[in-house]
Amino acid sequence: MSNTSPNFLTSSIGKKFLMGLTGLFLISFLVVHVLINACIYFNDGGVTFNMAAHFMANNIIIRVVEVGLFLGIILHVVQALILTLQNGKARPQKYAVQNSAVSSKWYSRSMGLLGTLLLMFLIVHLANFWVPTKIAVFKGEEHNTFESLKTVFANPIIVAVYLLGLVSLFYHLLHGFQSAFQTFGLNHKKYTPAIKACGFWYAVLITLLFASMPITLYLGLIK
Amino acid sequence: MNLTLKIWRQNSGKEQGQLVTYPVKDISPDMSFLEMFDVLNEQLVSKNESPIVFDHDCREGICGMCSMVINGRAHGPKTGITTCQLHMRSFKDGDTIVVEPWRAQAFPVIKDLTVDRTAFERIQSKGGFVSVNTGTAQDANCLPIPKDDADASFNAAACIGCGACVATCKNASAMLFVAAKVSQFALLPQGKIEATARVKNMVAQMDLEGFGSCTNTGACEIECPKGISLENIARMNREYLVANCKD
Repeated sequence: MSNTSPNFLTSSIGKKFLMGLTGLFLISFLVVHVLINACIYFNDGGVTFNMAAHFMANNIIIRVVEVGLFLGIILHVVQALILTLQNGKARPQKYAVQNSAVSSKWYSRSMGLLGTLLLMFLIVHLANFWVPTKIAVFKGEEHNTFESLKTVFANPIIVAVYLLGLVSLFYHLLHGFQSAFQTFGLNHKKYTPAIKACGFWYAVLITLLFASMPITLYLGLIK
Repeated sequence: MNLTLKIWRQNSGKEQGQLVTYPVKDISPDMSFLEMFDVLNEQLVSKNESPIVFDHDCREGICGMCSMVINGRAHGPKTGITTCQLHMRSFKDGDTIVVEPWRAQAFPVIKDLTVDRTAFERIQSKGGFVSVNTGTAQDANCLPIPKDDADASFNAAACIGCGACVATCKNASAMLFVAAKVSQFALLPQGKIEATARVKNMVAQMDLEGFGSCTNTGACEIECPKGISLENIARMNREYLVANCKD
């Protein structure tokens, strides 16, 4: 048997590996993100939160990791686009009747849609917080991120957009977390149920924690 | 039973097809789905119309020839069986049943409900075998193989190559099929010798044929008439990664 295989990364499985790797990287980022944000719950007028935000905006190591983060997001999105286009081509003639609900979860079939919603949310989110912070760092000014949190989340429409974005995130994570492990070939009768449980609780906790922030700020519970 | 059938009619791969409605009467609930098609075809022939072309062979659920998407599900509403093992008692009198062929770029329609599944043969020919002369049967315990491995290999080998996984997958991915074929050898010492080239070549051919990629929805596993599990896809992914690390 001679070997006639092309490059790993351009193969269908290789592309999935990249999706999984970048996905897990973004999942790990969310943990850091939510922990930094949770500093608002010290409820000390944003002192602790601003310290954490200042560190994240100015530390050189974080700056380097941030470049990696953006590369991770771009790679995840570009691979998803390529895969979605290829997968669409794999079935040019659709079924007149398709009873998909009996064999798979709707969110596992809607990762592209959920991802698109997330990307749109991400753009809004970056415009709300990341861009003003960058401008401040560029100008050499001290940016009061906590104050901008309060200003942004005083708007109920923005709060609603964030909550919708988080619903997309929840379902995206619900499938994505455990899916990544399956892609890496980690499927085991003993450990897979644990991985699935981890994925579920991770998605629930991350979403609830993130969602609590715009809500408490909007309701003025955090001063 | 009286039923309304909406069946995909397409003269050839080059022509457009469409769903055509056929009422059928006095169908016995004990008929298999294919027998019901035989009755309909008898009627069509007697009316000088062309019979509906569909794949079938053994009609006992082991050959993998029958291939219909019935009311949006590969092999119909029951799980763990092929279309030939589906009986009309699974439907209600007066039901409307929509029957379509497997739909995938890599499975072009030949006529009506028959699709060309030679893409699977070409994938198989890239490594779905052990290329040594096996000679006569060995002593049973000559090669010690753990029972669990032998069972897992046998379960993977139960794949009949019908293509329901492709038909069901939202991406028309053939990962479950290829994974079953890779797994049945990967678990046995005879298959390990060529494991690296096998998985690489079979995956390469799978990609060439224009099947989609796996998004782990798990639909294939549910609709597979032989219950081939997703563990096989994970095993193939592992094998593929290891093979690519080796050379």
